[in-house]
Amino acid sequence: MNELSRRKFLKGGLAGGAMVSLLGKSSKSEAAPSFGGYPDSMGVLVDLTRCVGCRSCEAACNKEQGLPAPDLPFDDMSVLEEKRRTSEGAYTVVNKYEIPGKDHPLYRKMQCNHCNEPACLTSCFVNAYRKTPEGAVMYDPTVCVGCRTCMIACPFYVPAYSYSSVLNPVIKKCIFCYETRLKFGRPPACVEACPKEVLTFGKRTNLLKIAHDRIRNYPDKYVDQVYGEKEVGGTAWMYLSSAPFEEVGFDTHLGNDPIINYVKEFLTVVPMVLTIWPALFAGFHLLATRKDVQNKENSAGK
Amino acid sequence: MNRFIAQGKTPLAAHVSTDGMTMWSVKEKLLLGLTPKEYVAQAIRNPLNWLFAVIFIFGGAITVGRFIFGLSYVTHSSYDYPWGLFLGWGLFVMVPLSASGFMLGTTVEVFGRHDFKPIERLALLNGLLGYLFAVIFLQVDLGQPWRLIYPMFVSLGPAAVLFLVAWHVATYLSVQVAELLPAFAEWVNWPGLKKTVKSMILGLTISGIILSTLHQGALGALFTYAPGKVHPLWISAPFQWFHFFCSSIFAGLCMLIVVSTLCKKFMAWRCDDNFLNNLDRLTLGLAKGSALALITYLVIKIIGVAHDGDWGYLASGWGQWFMLEMFIGVILPIILFTIAIKNNMVGLARFTAFITVLGIALNRLNTALITFNWKLYQEIPHWREVVIVITIYSLFIVTYRFILYRLPILYTWKK
Ligand code: SF4
Ligand code: SF4
Ligand code: SF4
Repeated sequence: MNELSRRKFLKGGLAGGAMVSLLGKSSKSEAAPSFGGYPDSMGVLVDLTRCVGCRSCEAACNKEQGLPAPDLPFDDMSVLEEKRRTSEGAYTVVNKYEIPGKDHPLYRKMQCNHCNEPACLTSCFVNAYRKTPEGAVMYDPTVCVGCRTCMIACPFYVPAYSYSSVLNPVIKKCIFCYETRLKFGRPPACVEACPKEVLTFGKRTNLLKIAHDRIRNYPDKYVDQVYGEKEVGGTAWMYLSSAPFEEVGFDTHLGNDPIINYVKEFLTVVPMVLTIWPALFAGFHLLATRKDVQNKENSAGK
Repeated sequence: MNRFIAQGKTPLAAHVSTDGMTMWSVKEKLLLGLTPKEYVAQAIRNPLNWLFAVIFIFGGAITVGRFIFGLSYVTHSSYDYPWGLFLGWGLFVMVPLSASGFMLGTTVEVFGRHDFKPIERLALLNGLLGYLFAVIFLQVDLGQPWRLIYPMFVSLGPAAVLFLVAWHVATYLSVQVAELLPAFAEWVNWPGLKKTVKSMILGLTISGIILSTLHQGALGALFTYAPGKVHPLWISAPFQWFHFFCSSIFAGLCMLIVVSTLCKKFMAWRCDDNFLNNLDRLTLGLAKGSALALITYLVIKIIGVAHDGDWGYLASGWGQWFMLEMFIGVILPIILFTIAIKNNMVGLARFTAFITVLGIALNRLNTALITFNWKLYQEIPHWREVVIVITIYSLFIVTYRFILYRLPILYTWKK
């Protein structure tokens, strides 16, 4: 089975699964939209060797997305002393990593990686996420129930939640500047703001070529890996580094399987249980109560 | 209550009063046949009620605060630990402990073991209330609880595991309500209702088995979305659903032993001879079932570790924690249950059931909270979160007791 039909099968299985048990009839699911790697999707290549940790991208994102002003201004570099993560007030953060044996630190920008097969998307039970053909992973706050499974599922610890809101808490994460820029083919605000050309915006397929060219041309400068090329099924944002990726805060144990692959064992069990269990237990019942029935018949016959 | 029985009162268990003259009204049934004054007097005399009163006043205020000031008032608002105690305890521990309903339903209705009948209704009630309160816990935890029905009707994500959990828990709740309707029908004296349900009972029970297999497993499968976040010893992607399902079997049975023990000890006045005289024998029967499920669980746990090649982790600190959990929650219970069954030691079986329940709670908390993010840092829940959990669990106990006092669960309704 090829990838697509397998996924369709799984989807039909689980959706049908829930339905069969409820309505007592089999149904094929059309509710789930197709997702996955679009051929022309866009991405960003992040070259850690060029980053100077100026936080211009953070400032640009804050402005573009209308986020609240941070406690400390963006030109205050003391925040780099701590490891931060994305939050409801910051869709992207830059962290500093001292590399043993190197005279200067490396900086790493993090934000949503806009996965090809997003774990957040596949785990959401109200289908709040979608992957656009341009490559952005978008989130719809109007249907979100707030179960926060997507935060559990995201292998990169990206989605944040506005816990402080009482009436309308929602997921907060980078949206690739989709509404204001990506939709119109323009690069995101953070990419444009970078003074050091750390961030390259382009078609994902082209970015991969660029990345591998750089590695080939400067084998001493880069480790021979493009983080995000294969990780968890591939991501739209990808990284080059001069230090091993685990030394700059990347999880290098994620594997290349999309997260949904780990769930599929269970998903294939669902239709089996639904079809086999009723017959099996009805059979048990007949066997177990045969004596009672016979007794009854006997006494009725007398 | 015991004092009133000593004064010659009998707890209400029929539609007509003991002298056969008057029909009890619903109000009198609610008051257990006591006068309002007597009822209040017995409630006040019970020290447990005082404890509950304190919990409800203090914890109730904080629970209300959660809905006025938001989740950040009662939790650490963690992005790394999006699920805290509300789900860790309220969903992942409560649901397996409520598997008793479908286990006993299967035993009695499908396998025709009518000798388990005296305890069947208690098992069903334990299941129903456990699920009901799991949903209440969920409502406290959800960011926007008023959107609870969105996954059902507004925006469907049928490919997600939680979608299945939502639908199945909702459906199963109604199945359990239906299964308990006969008890309610007897109490309010609606024989027609009882007959209708009786005719559907086999279908209800079998759908209960299907729904339970799937959503108990699905709770485990939820963690396969985070294969890298849960410690490898607590997650094994291909077996996770089966680990959760299999452990829910003995979790439900052992919880039933614990609850029935409490009933016998503190509510003997409400139990009839049919319940009291059979309980010891049934406890050993449940113990036998638990022991078998425990052995199966132990085997598939070992297979899980072997399949993923996790042996190396056993030597680490996490590995010792894992082995402790396995010893207290699985291996020790297997040994003790075996001794208890061989020698007819009911007391030992009850004690073992108690530690098995603790073991299963530890397992679920380990998976959902303690070993979650094992590569990051540990998070201790906010004290208000703990208070709310205690409050809602107390509400669970009070509701449980309220129903046990009244409906014919522990006793048979007299015609
Ligand atoms: S990085 Fe996380 S939030 Fe972003 S698309 Fe991937 S799984 Fe979703
Ligand atoms: S928190 Fe919202 S977006 Fe995330 S999985 Fe739950 S319903 Fe979906
Ligand atoms: S792409 Fe847009 S939303 Fe995402 S980090 Fe950059 S500026 Fe922020």
